Amino acid sequence: MSAVVDEHDHHADDHHDHGPAKGILRWIVTTNHKDIGTMYLVFALAMFFVGGAMAMVIRAELFEPGLQFVDPAFFNSMTTMHALVMVFGAVMPAFVGLANWQIPLMIGAADMALPRMNNMSFWLLVAGVLLLASTLFMEGGAPNGGWTLYPPLVLQPITVGKALPFAVFSVHLLGISSIMGAINIIATITNMRAPSMRMMDMPLFVWTWLITGFLLIAVMPVFAGAVTMLLTDKFFHTSFFNAAGGGDPVLYEHIFWFFGHPEVYIMILPTFGVASTIIPIFARKPLFGYASMVWATGAIAFLAFIVWAHHMFTAGMPLAGELYFMYATMIIAIPTGVKVFNWTATMWDGAMTFETPMLFSIAFVVLFTMGGFTGLMMSIAPSDFQYHDTYFIVAHFHYTLVPASIFMLMAAGYFWLPKWTGHMYNEKIGQLHFWLSAISVNILFFPQHFLGLAGMPRRIPDYAVQFADWNMISSIGGFIFGASQLLFLYIVIDTVRGGTGEKVTDEVWEDAAKHGLEWTLPSPVPYHTWTTPPAIVPTEHVLDSH
Amino acid sequence: MSESVGKKNAKLAKTLLVIAVAMFGFGYALVPIYDVLCEWKWIERDRPDDIKKVPEVAYEVDLSREITVEFITMLNESTPMEFRAEKKQIKVHPGEYNTVNFYATNKTNKDLLARAIPSFSPAVISSYFEKIMCFCFDEQIFKPQETKTLPMRFTINPKLPKEYNTITLSYTYFDNTEKSVKK
Repeated sequence: MSAVVDEHDHHADDHHDHGPAKGILRWIVTTNHKDIGTMYLVFALAMFFVGGAMAMVIRAELFEPGLQFVDPAFFNSMTTMHALVMVFGAVMPAFVGLANWQIPLMIGAADMALPRMNNMSFWLLVAGVLLLASTLFMEGGAPNGGWTLYPPLVLQPITVGKALPFAVFSVHLLGISSIMGAINIIATITNMRAPSMRMMDMPLFVWTWLITGFLLIAVMPVFAGAVTMLLTDKFFHTSFFNAAGGGDPVLYEHIFWFFGHPEVYIMILPTFGVASTIIPIFARKPLFGYASMVWATGAIAFLAFIVWAHHMFTAGMPLAGELYFMYATMIIAIPTGVKVFNWTATMWDGAMTFETPMLFSIAFVVLFTMGGFTGLMMSIAPSDFQYHDTYFIVAHFHYTLVPASIFMLMAAGYFWLPKWTGHMYNEKIGQLHFWLSAISVNILFFPQHFLGLAGMPRRIPDYAVQFADWNMISSIGGFIFGASQLLFLYIVIDTVRGGTGEKVTDEVWEDAAKHGLEWTLPSPVPYHTWTTPPAIVPTEHVLDSH
Repeated sequence: MSESVGKKNAKLAKTLLVIAVAMFGFGYALVPIYDVLCEWKWIERDRPDDIKKVPEVAYEVDLSREITVEFITMLNESTPMEFRAEKKQIKVHPGEYNTVNFYATNKTNKDLLARAIPSFSPAVISSYFEKIMCFCFDEQIFKPQETKTLPMRFTINPKLPKEYNTITLSYTYFDNTEKSVKK
């Protein structure tokens, strides 16, 4: 590893003059954090549409009771692959892309700490996702036992076909990729900050990613271990999860959710970071309660490790276990509440304007809070037995992922694209995209609460007729939501190609330079930035903590 | 970037990599940790190793209570057998001894080594359901097309909490010819 770093050091001095290499090779061999960030974001956007297309298949099949378009095995492949693609192909890479672009700009670093490893983690991601996608074309189809890959179901020939080893190796590659990404981000934040930037001066986005990085390093290897056990159970006669050989399938659930619960915070903590960056700028106030935001992020990350079994209340646990996991889970509402109140207090009495990034951020605060409340409902162990594996849980986690993580990724796009490209996006179409998304996402997911409470199970291609009406409404919302995202694709392409033609200032947004270092750089951001670290760092965002 | 930052980066990256590798090991360490937690009854589990033969005790039969015991028989994946219980359900008084026969057939023309794994619902029952004799204590060797009669003798401890009136006992036969636990 030191060889890699030394080589970079050697070149560092003569880097600042020349721009990117020409041609396709620029993208393949690049070690520039902006290029790699762009590739991550483009790849994530592509996967967002692939995963979204799978969701459309699901909603089309559920539009009416009965089997219309696809056979049940393929339907189950779609629910499984939709989740895997969205989690590992879209949301996580998109946040790594944002981290690549923004963290060096925000902390005054010339590049990421380990640029060549950065390139490798991106291409491993592509390899991992392609390997996963290849299972769609295999005999027996893609994995269809659910994204959690629970044994014994996932080990049975009817549910795996030939796909299991490919899915497992894909998880290995994706895991290695995100661990390398996390190591890089932690090293960058720890060692590459401008000399005058203390830890408690760092923008919240940097803080949330630092903590997310540690979560990734701690849990991705555990998941890699769990799927390796599946692999050896299937092909090498081990009995980790095989009851006949002395194993226990419930053990898998424990290992999986030891990874799985921190994993959901891996997807939400950077979301919090983006919201904490955007809201102060459009409220024209410093972020309320900076220090409490940092501590709340840390507290959520810590709690992530000690609440996993609330995903498996029905799997069989002693009463003491049910009670412990119930109360521990409820405690998460406290740091999360601190965050929601801080965002609200930041907006309170602010001179707010409602450009597209701010609209998405406000929708995020409202809708994420709703997703949080349904989470609280399910943390109550005795009533969880009613909701478990119904559409209620589907509605819950989609509220915390779509109008939260996805909305804030959209917001981040609108917020930083003008900075990156030097062009302004089309505000009218942006607002149209927002309103269509914000309304349709509720038409899509809100009725699923009712379906779940009425007892409709998840992961089924057909259902009893009493669920027909709400499913149809949910599907209509889904189609509108899916189609509206094409507007985002259009806006991104349009902005990159010149946008409205309006020249953006270095600050882009009014007084943004008071909030973050990246807004003191020219727009568009030059290929090489901060070759000498900034002397003074803006601390507007931390004013009330000093 | 000065030389020293490069060294610091490499050092930190190595430390973090060690943590990642250690966490991979931790995933595997969860397997024995889980066994210990099950032994301490922090997690309830039915497993071959945990199924203990209980000596026959003369309980006072509680004629005031009647418990329904249901039997479910299942085959794992493609285990080539037929497997059924003599009765779908019986009614018993706590403390009395009953024997129920199960019938299993090897449908192949080869020797088959099979193992039945029990499971209780509700899970808490397992500590009150006392088996004197059960085919699930051991693996069985079935000759080609052989049918075996498999008795299971049990009693229900009269200390069974009042709220339980129905017990479901399910047996799943696993084809263990390839991966016998018999050393």
